[in-house]
Amino acid sequence: MLIRQKQLATSWSFPSLDRWSIIALLIAGLALLPIAIILRMLLLPAPDVWQHLWATRLAEFLTNTVILLVGVGTGTVLLGTGLAWLVTAYRFPGQRLFDWALMLPMAVPSYVLAFVFMATFDYTGPVQKTLRDWFGSSEWFPSIRSGGGAVFVMSLTLYPYVYLLTRAAFHEHALGTFEVARTLGATRLQAFFRVVLPMARPSLVAGLSLVLMEALTDVGTVRFLNFPTLSDGIFRIWHGMMDRDAALQSAAVLLLFAFAALLLERLTRGRARYVQEGSRGHGLVQVPLTGWRGLMATLVCLFVLSIAFLLPVSQLILWSLYELQQRMPEGLLAVYWRHARATLMLAGIGAAISVLAAVLLAYGVHLSRSPITRLAARGAMLGYAIPGAVIGLGVLIPLAWLDHTLNDLTYQWWGVLPGLIFTGSITGLIYAYVVRFMAVAYSSVEASLEKVSPSIEAAARTLGASPVRVLFRIHLPLIRTGMLTGAVLVFVDVMKELPITLLLRPFGYDTLALWIWQNVAESLWGEAALPALTIVVTDLLVVGILIRSATLRFRAH
Amino acid sequence: MLCSTEPGLQLHHVTRRYGSIVAVNDISLEVSQGEFLVIVGPSGCGKTTLLRLVAGLDVQDEGSIRIQNRIVSGNGIFVPPEKRRVGLVFQDYALFPHMTIAKNVAFGLHRWSKADVRQRVYEMLDMVQLAHLADRYPHELSGGERQRVALARALAPRPDILLLDEPFSNLDAGLRTTMREHIQRLLKGINITTFFVTHDQEEALLLGDRVAVMNQGQIEQVGTPEQVFHQPATYFVAEFFGYTAFISGHVTSAGLESELGFLPQRLSLSSGSEVNILVRPDDLIVHPDEEGTAYIARVGFQGMHCMYQVVLPSGRTIYSLMPHTYVYAPGTRVRVELRPGHDLVCFMNERAISTGVSQVTDHHFAH
Repeated sequence: MLIRQKQLATSWSFPSLDRWSIIALLIAGLALLPIAIILRMLLLPAPDVWQHLWATRLAEFLTNTVILLVGVGTGTVLLGTGLAWLVTAYRFPGQRLFDWALMLPMAVPSYVLAFVFMATFDYTGPVQKTLRDWFGSSEWFPSIRSGGGAVFVMSLTLYPYVYLLTRAAFHEHALGTFEVARTLGATRLQAFFRVVLPMARPSLVAGLSLVLMEALTDVGTVRFLNFPTLSDGIFRIWHGMMDRDAALQSAAVLLLFAFAALLLERLTRGRARYVQEGSRGHGLVQVPLTGWRGLMATLVCLFVLSIAFLLPVSQLILWSLYELQQRMPEGLLAVYWRHARATLMLAGIGAAISVLAAVLLAYGVHLSRSPITRLAARGAMLGYAIPGAVIGLGVLIPLAWLDHTLNDLTYQWWGVLPGLIFTGSITGLIYAYVVRFMAVAYSSVEASLEKVSPSIEAAARTLGASPVRVLFRIHLPLIRTGMLTGAVLVFVDVMKELPITLLLRPFGYDTLALWIWQNVAESLWGEAALPALTIVVTDLLVVGILIRSATLRFRAH
Repeated sequence: MLCSTEPGLQLHHVTRRYGSIVAVNDISLEVSQGEFLVIVGPSGCGKTTLLRLVAGLDVQDEGSIRIQNRIVSGNGIFVPPEKRRVGLVFQDYALFPHMTIAKNVAFGLHRWSKADVRQRVYEMLDMVQLAHLADRYPHELSGGERQRVALARALAPRPDILLLDEPFSNLDAGLRTTMREHIQRLLKGINITTFFVTHDQEEALLLGDRVAVMNQGQIEQVGTPEQVFHQPATYFVAEFFGYTAFISGHVTSAGLESELGFLPQRLSLSSGSEVNILVRPDDLIVHPDEEGTAYIARVGFQGMHCMYQVVLPSGRTIYSLMPHTYVYAPGTRVRVELRPGHDLVCFMNERAISTGVSQVTDHHFAH
């Protein structure tokens, strides 16, 4: 009774939901800061820097970037769309297996495939050796260390983005209209090009924009294959020429490319997403391919899967076994554990903070429903489209300034130098990871939060639960799966991340990805195999989640 | 009726706008302690917004809301939903999927002692006859069972008022009838003020002590089910309760002259006034007649009755409900006999004209 009277006595003023907007704005501000710092470079006139850049290698970096984007874009669209249509519209031996197995190459980072191909196809590799044994010369064999090689490698690892999204579009809605087009007199091929493909276009472009973002952020592949793009160029300028201003200006140019890819995605994403959520279309009657045509279809799928996944992974396994047997396993394992521990720690912290920020943002948007919060959340998500090198530099500049100022001040006041608190610790590294990968956590948290019906929240509120209690008793338990998925996705992304780690890692925090980088630089393929295999196997976990959701959705017809 | 004169809920000139849309337009309403009030109206009429305002899930732009004479919203005061002592039951039940039934019911009792919670939970589950399912999870229950759990959960913290938002619309027809009876009996037993929102006119007439008919953010009429059905205040209310037809009438000194004959019914209007007379299917009898000037346009077989749609010579359509022993084919020529057994409601400019029998626009409940 006492409680009741107390409750009766408390009358609150109108609810202030500002708290959530403030949290969201704070997170968005932190996430946008590195991007803004680089963006500012475009506004600062630096003619001498530009002249110098142009005179040296900027033209080459720009050209290579454009070639890479066009090449990988074309390659992934052809491979992804073609394979998706093949497994959707036709029946041939192994088709049900390829349907999901063709997503597996996603688990192999481009730079891993690049060094496996280098070891296999380069002049000293087994392929050219064999060719020389047979024909006496292998001069005519195309070099893998070239623009063509980079396009080839990246098309093979990135086509699954296009494959996944167009396949979903084909399954969802294109099939009914395909049949209508057939009854209206179009052949299968005409129906595909005039009806199915245009309808799947938003999904296709969405997949393509993800591919372009990946190609822009990559430094490993292009470095290994000696085809320097803007991302790689930033590192060459930063590490090689030690030219801070030139690196920042190049980063600003790279940022423009990223915005273009982002714009492409934004223009189509909304439509692509709704395509996938429509009612489940009834399956297309698949045409059986018999005889040599069926065999050809099987061979094409098998070929892609083999060179993009089966053979490289087998090679990695062989190398790893060889390394473990031939060399002192204790020594190797000790090094391995050191890198694995650093990776585990960085990826774990990165994933935890990303998910925490994502929950705060998603919950803020959910609760306040104010346009400011929504806008802030969208801004905070930008990082996923921004190349790692840009974010890395954007984080480094303010943190270095902060360290500098701090040391100046403490020296003036107390005569002590605390050292590099931010740039010398993992703070900057984690910060950059979170900026880059928070969006991944956010989308899975948001997806599961959206499934919690608003009436559940209203019911809890009227049963006397404050918003905080609703968060802890209702929402957190219900979005646990989404949080876990988000954490796994971020974990794997951090694990295979290269550019940010290269720029910001403090001494003693070498990740597995970095170990690969160092080994490949010295052509130690075998030593690079064990960390590469670890990354691929962990990545398979994520691809498994993807495959499951992609096939569950369509299997039911 | 068991309700006291103590007000359980008072709405005073409540208005809620969303941009240029006025969802709730200047509504004033009083619900007595223990009374069962049904808000009924077509979808989009603002009834759910009204319920959300009472629950504190939304804030009105103007006006004030009191629950048991305590101001909960308005005049610069806003009591958040968790402090409002309202029970809320939703159409989709909104049970917490990760908690057992017992935990669901106990959710609102978090400041009670453990022993009290236990006792109250079982008391409530007994009341809805689900004590045997206490340890199950919501997804293991049927729709009707979930609805009863939602009710037990809402009532467990002893709210001052119970709000129900279309609670039966997810149930199939047979179960709905059973649940209506069950819940009506249960709520009358504990004498709680109830604010019930539905779009189902049949449900409204069946359950409400009083019924408020809402349209476009405004309340068109409040009254007992009999009043809103038999003496609708407006065209809208008359048409909302179904199979409504209007025939034209002419006021004379003796009564009303209509196209279906003379009605010995006096109106407070001068002779010569033109009115529209509301006729419901049970006010009319059709006789097959070769010489008849009307004809049957459609026949709707409803089991125990047939509903005839009849076109009059004037071109107006009326409905007539007849026992199924007579089945006349469409096109049959008929004579229509007006035999209401009570005064018919007449309208002028879409509003009812007071017949002198009772005041239909009376907003206050007669106790």
